[in-house]
Amino acid sequence: MSGTTTTRGAGVARAGPWRRLARHRLAALGLAVLAVLFVAVLAAPLVETVLGLDASAVNLFARAAPPSAAHWLGTDELGRDLLLRLLHGGRVSLLVGFTAAIASAAIGTLLGLISGYFGGRVDAVIMRFADGVISLPLLPLLIVLAAVDPSKLGLPEAISGSESFSLQRIVVIIALVGWPTVARLVRAATLSLRQREFVLVAIAQGFGPARIMFRHILPNAASPILVATTLTVGNVILFESVLSFLGLGIQPPVPSWGNMLTGAQDLISKAPALAVWPGMLIFVTVIAFNLLGDGLQSALDPRSGANR
Amino acid sequence: MTGFVLTRLGQSMLVLLVMSFIIYILLGLMPGDPIDLMIGTDPNVTAADVARLKALQGLDQPLLERYAAWLENALAGDFGYSRLFAKPVLEVLGPRLWNSLILMAISLVVALAIAIPAGIHAARKPGSWTDQLINLLCFTGISVPPFWLALLLILLFAVSLGALPASGMGTIGEDGWMDRVRYMILPVLTLSAAGVAGYTRHVRAAMIEVLREDYVRTARAKGVPETRVVWRHALRNALLPVVTIAALDFGSLFSGALVTETMFSWLGMGKTIYDAVMGNDYNLALVGLLLATGITLIANILADIAYAWLDPRIHYRVERGA
Repeated sequence: MSGTTTTRGAGVARAGPWRRLARHRLAALGLAVLAVLFVAVLAAPLVETVLGLDASAVNLFARAAPPSAAHWLGTDELGRDLLLRLLHGGRVSLLVGFTAAIASAAIGTLLGLISGYFGGRVDAVIMRFADGVISLPLLPLLIVLAAVDPSKLGLPEAISGSESFSLQRIVVIIALVGWPTVARLVRAATLSLRQREFVLVAIAQGFGPARIMFRHILPNAASPILVATTLTVGNVILFESVLSFLGLGIQPPVPSWGNMLTGAQDLISKAPALAVWPGMLIFVTVIAFNLLGDGLQSALDPRSGANR
Repeated sequence: MTGFVLTRLGQSMLVLLVMSFIIYILLGLMPGDPIDLMIGTDPNVTAADVARLKALQGLDQPLLERYAAWLENALAGDFGYSRLFAKPVLEVLGPRLWNSLILMAISLVVALAIAIPAGIHAARKPGSWTDQLINLLCFTGISVPPFWLALLLILLFAVSLGALPASGMGTIGEDGWMDRVRYMILPVLTLSAAGVAGYTRHVRAAMIEVLREDYVRTARAKGVPETRVVWRHALRNALLPVVTIAALDFGSLFSGALVTETMFSWLGMGKTIYDAVMGNDYNLALVGLLLATGITLIANILADIAYAWLDPRIHYRVERGA
């Protein structure tokens, strides 16, 4: 909108978080990109019917074919339609991204609340543990975790043999290491909220710690949790793609953007498109989540924008 | 200070011990077992042979006793043999650790050499178009999947232009350092990309903070040239958090090195650990992982020491009353 700098500044301060987010051009762009991606991957079965193709149909006579009228983006190393594989892979990658990020956020929120509310030795133990998890060489360690044979853990074949098992396993693995970022933010928020009058009143009224943490503190810590979760989704998708690429995440034939790139390196001189498309989608999705998270941060907490 | 370092070293040893136990158990949970792998190609082995071999290797013992035996040998300096390389584990890991450290050190230097000027430039005029451009590039750097960046670099420089080798560490028969550098360019670019983005943001944030300080205003007021104010007076203090973050970040540098080394067949620790896990080389994987963890823990201690050394205001003391 037009106007002098001062009136615009006042306008921003008065506008709600949504308006501020919309003004954050990069964040708005990220949100738009994500909306398009969501619609696209949700429409995967529809696209399948419209094009009259099957995403898992192998055609060894049309391997790594260039784009054509039948296959808009060409085919992959087994002659499967690349566009449909990308859409189905996107479903998997986004599903893993969201579930693992929400699981990380749940663990992180709980530990952050406990750490910030009780303080003292509890706080020290949880935070040292969080520091430890962050500082370790995670990828090498996670590779071992991902390579564990589920049947040796006593899991029945019905669970460990199912197609969705690799998906569940990667969510668990990522949640185990993804929580510290959220925990730190929630702890910081809890520490300051704990000193506020309404919390002190609640304590004086004799409510138990659980009620105070979840009823009084948690709702007021929603903004940092939302920001941290958004940023975590992007990181999780990146992590999933690396593990899947290395053959330790989502297992073929279930497609994910990461494992679609596994075979691409060998074919890179013959079919560079196979190496470009899945990676491009990972990149676009992750940067969209990061920009959105950054925008949310400045929209929900106007003070954090002070250094801009 | 000495007390602080000793305490931290003690804590790190404890972490390492716990990690060795966890990894030992996890490796036991991986598919297959050493005897199956040993006899897999021999059709004449009977069940009695298997039992005898298991007893010989101590695999019929309970897990805790096996771990205790391993620990005892390890503390005596015997880390066992690598199955894939048929050599003592340390003989395999030694040169590979060196290769990794070279790759990581060069990448770190490259990343800082780009990030410090970029961060300073962005911080001098926050909100300017160059600041926004640098900000966008940082977002790109932290969002790009490292293995995909490697694929694109291979596609561009090795396949299309044919200018640089796609993988390996040197041409057989060539010994010059130019040859080694050619093989190093793409891995270093891949590994430093994420670092550049992260460090630039930290340099920028720290620099903005420092440029507001009174002593910077004083320096400007007494007529010190702006370049000198920024590069001498401000940078020295702004680098403090950056150095710490770089050292604390050692774990993720290791993670990045694993991907980079695997992509470019760089014979380093990361690739070795990956190959060991994929090839059921339990001894090699265990010791490799412990070495990686140990080095990371030491880097973290060095980060704390560097922090105190760079900032004379910070003194580490052993807790009062302890």
